[in-house]
Amino acid sequence: MFSYCADPASLDRLHWFACYLTTAKQMMFYQSFLVVIVLMLITAPIALAAGLAGALAGRSHVLPLRWIGWAYANIVRGVPDIAFFLFVPIALDQGIEYLRLKVKCPDWTEPVRQGNDFVVCAAAKMPLNSAPQYVHELYGIALAIAAYTFVFGAFGANVLSGAMRAVPHAQLETAEAYGMTRGQITRRILLPQMWVYALPGLSNLWMILIKATPLLFLLGVEDVVYWARELGGSKTSAYTYAHPDWRLWYFLVLLVFYLLLTRVSEIAFARLSRRLSRGQATAAGMKEARA
Amino acid sequence: MKKTILSTALLALLASPVLAQDVVRMGTEGAYPPYNFIDDNGQVAGFERDLGDELCKRAALTCEWVTNDWDSIIPNLVSGNYDTIMAGMSITDERKEVIDFTQDYYPPTESIYIAPEDGVDLKTGVIAAQTGTIQAGYVAETGATLLEFATGDETIAAVKNGEADAVFADKDFLLPYTEDGSLKVVGDPVALGGGIGMGLRKSDTALKDKFDAAITAMKEDGSLNTLLVKYFGKDVTQY
Repeated sequence: MFSYCADPASLDRLHWFACYLTTAKQMMFYQSFLVVIVLMLITAPIALAAGLAGALAGRSHVLPLRWIGWAYANIVRGVPDIAFFLFVPIALDQGIEYLRLKVKCPDWTEPVRQGNDFVVCAAAKMPLNSAPQYVHELYGIALAIAAYTFVFGAFGANVLSGAMRAVPHAQLETAEAYGMTRGQITRRILLPQMWVYALPGLSNLWMILIKATPLLFLLGVEDVVYWARELGGSKTSAYTYAHPDWRLWYFLVLLVFYLLLTRVSEIAFARLSRRLSRGQATAAGMKEARA
Repeated sequence: MKKTILSTALLALLASPVLAQDVVRMGTEGAYPPYNFIDDNGQVAGFERDLGDELCKRAALTCEWVTNDWDSIIPNLVSGNYDTIMAGMSITDERKEVIDFTQDYYPPTESIYIAPEDGVDLKTGVIAAQTGTIQAGYVAETGATLLEFATGDETIAAVKNGEADAVFADKDFLLPYTEDGSLKVVGDPVALGGGIGMGLRKSDTALKDKFDAAITAMKEDGSLNTLLVKYFGKDVTQY
């Protein structure tokens, strides 16, 4: 990075650190913080949408839809997250490759499963072997987002269906008395009012999502935990910047990062809650009205 | 309407363009210096990087390096995330049941114990080793208490902070850690495994033949020995 970094062995402490902390490898560590934040910002709205769909399906008048909504919320919540984090990306990846095989190589005759191997034609690979590395990484992150969405959507569905039940029933009946259809009641009365009841549960979920991001490492995405472990481990003379075991310091940085992240989220949720309470027939809403 | 969107999305997913040249993806752990590690530029480096690049050149293949956790390195090979493993992996019968190996590109290795001081009882003490390695299997058989870790680096940390009495691993991985004098070699070296080879899917026989031919060529013209000496010193066993 700096011109004096050519020979690290000759540097004094301050300059050594200036060089060490700006190597390309360290930069990847700094980037991975962005990866984590971006991942959460993408996952949260998609998971919320999945949760809303699940909750609405659970209230549907169509019986099979209700079953699907119920099964989704209950089965996914009942299985350890980690099982889904391992299952969803592999199942999705192999499913997509199998579909592509059917379309791209119609005359492929070999079996897809040969012993332990999962074999598809080269054109059916997802992403293609010839794709640059960043495409492979983005694909891995997309699979991770799918896994997070699947799991957190189920928890979201449960929180939202609870919130929907908390909306005063009299209001829904009044709407019906005015002649609104079921769809209109859902859109005009139920959805706008349920958020304030859902918020505490959703903020909980968000916190859990933040803390679950180190699971990314398990999915092969090079996230903050991966780099902290890799950079912090003791380095022998095979590396340009040799140093003893510094994992303690690297993990301390992670600790501070996650604490800051949850603190900022808490403040944001407190504001959102105040905003949503306005004009609501709840204790917080009444207080807001008096103030 | 919804159906159209869905099928368009599906089509887009299925119809990405096919590029002519095929790329071989080389999987490695990136945490086992000097065999393979991630250098300060964030690139895979080490003996296996140099050797792998040379093999690809000789076999006229375009290769790309990817890193993967040691724990899941074999499952991700067979499910097709990459095409080869070059990660200091010894050829053993147990692994051969799941994947294929090329001939060895590193002669059968000696494994050693290192510890902070002499006098560690290697038969009854607590010995650290990396999970899923031949060394871990060996320690379990000796009757010593086996302490397993996901990476080689963590085994070193364990013996340094006193959690374990000694580490047991490949000689060439451990020796650099004895340079600063805080750890030293104890006990006798143990010969384990059938050498280090490149792992491939069993169904990938054509690729295996190409790499086998390239390794043979490098053994014959002495260039493999040159690489071995460059990374492991002149005392290394040569072909």
